[in-house]
Amino acid sequence: MNDLLEYTLRLGDDALIAAQRTGEWIAAAPQLEEDVALGNIALDQLGQARSLLQYAGSLDGRTEDELAYFRDEREFLNLQLCELPNGDFAFAMARLLYFATYQHLLYDELRSGADETLAGVAGKAVKEVAYHVDHATQWVLRLGDGTEESHRRMQAALEALWPYTAEMFASDDLVRRLSVAVDPSTLQDEWTNRVLAVIDQSTCERPSSSYQHSGGRSGRHTEHMGFLLAELQHVARSHPGATW
Amino acid sequence: MIEPLWEVFVRSRRGLSHTHVGSLHAPDATMALRNARDVYTRRQEGVSIWVVRASDITASSPDEKDEFFDPAGDKVYRHPTFYEVPEGVEHL
Repeated sequence: MNDLLEYTLRLGDDALIAAQRTGEWIAAAPQLEEDVALGNIALDQLGQARSLLQYAGSLDGRTEDELAYFRDEREFLNLQLCELPNGDFAFAMARLLYFATYQHLLYDELRSGADETLAGVAGKAVKEVAYHVDHATQWVLRLGDGTEESHRRMQAALEALWPYTAEMFASDDLVRRLSVAVDPSTLQDEWTNRVLAVIDQSTCERPSSSYQHSGGRSGRHTEHMGFLLAELQHVARSHPGATW
Repeated sequence: MIEPLWEVFVRSRRGLSHTHVGSLHAPDATMALRNARDVYTRRQEGVSIWVVRASDITASSPDEKDEFFDPAGDKVYRHPTFYEVPEGVEHL
């Protein structure tokens, strides 16, 4: 697989799988207003996924649908952070804080990068994810500094997801070789500053786990990924080429 | 938990005034503003949003409708309808 294709799939798969999980919240959020908010966020993520997968497909002659619906688990290059099951609402907001803060830093770099298409997608998406960061921040602050139960749940979610955060910043040969790529290791310090500032303000403790998962970028996923893909792909695979 | 109700006002573009568009629930003003953004401006309906806690609005009562509004009904001289508009005046 060529470097640019693989890099674009990483970004596109992150957005696609995040959109699938965020979308699962629709009609299940704590209030109607939050359903709409999460619906908007999921559609932002899906829009980013479509642009990125269209671009990836243009590099090797596949359509966005072929990439989304007809690849198997090991061919997806998304972060494991994106595929974990939703858990409770605190978990969703902790994940959105971690992921959107990362995406924001990444897209902000990428929009001044040398690849025009990636820069274009990033330039549009950076405003979207800035709002996602804000939305997650508002909830992390309120749940962390809310009731005893909301604090407990927020703390548990921040802890549970922390071991999936280092994967976002793992550098490898591909990002070092590919000049248009952003080496994500350069984003980690700023990400840590921003996220810990929110956690501190929320009155939660900083997560302490040092163990870190990895593998998503090389197609190794958690046990949950297969179930996610089954739901994402089964209609397209049951009725190949169907349109409406 | 029942969250407070907020009334939402959106200015659709610069130069126009904010118009009431509906209401929503939110725990506080900051979240109300964000919910309003998501619920009422997702199709580019606005450039500015106000939210006001519904309980902070003092409204006229339907019971007072007669004394509030009826007396204006027969005072046609309050309408600027008795002036001749010169030819060629636009935007009036």
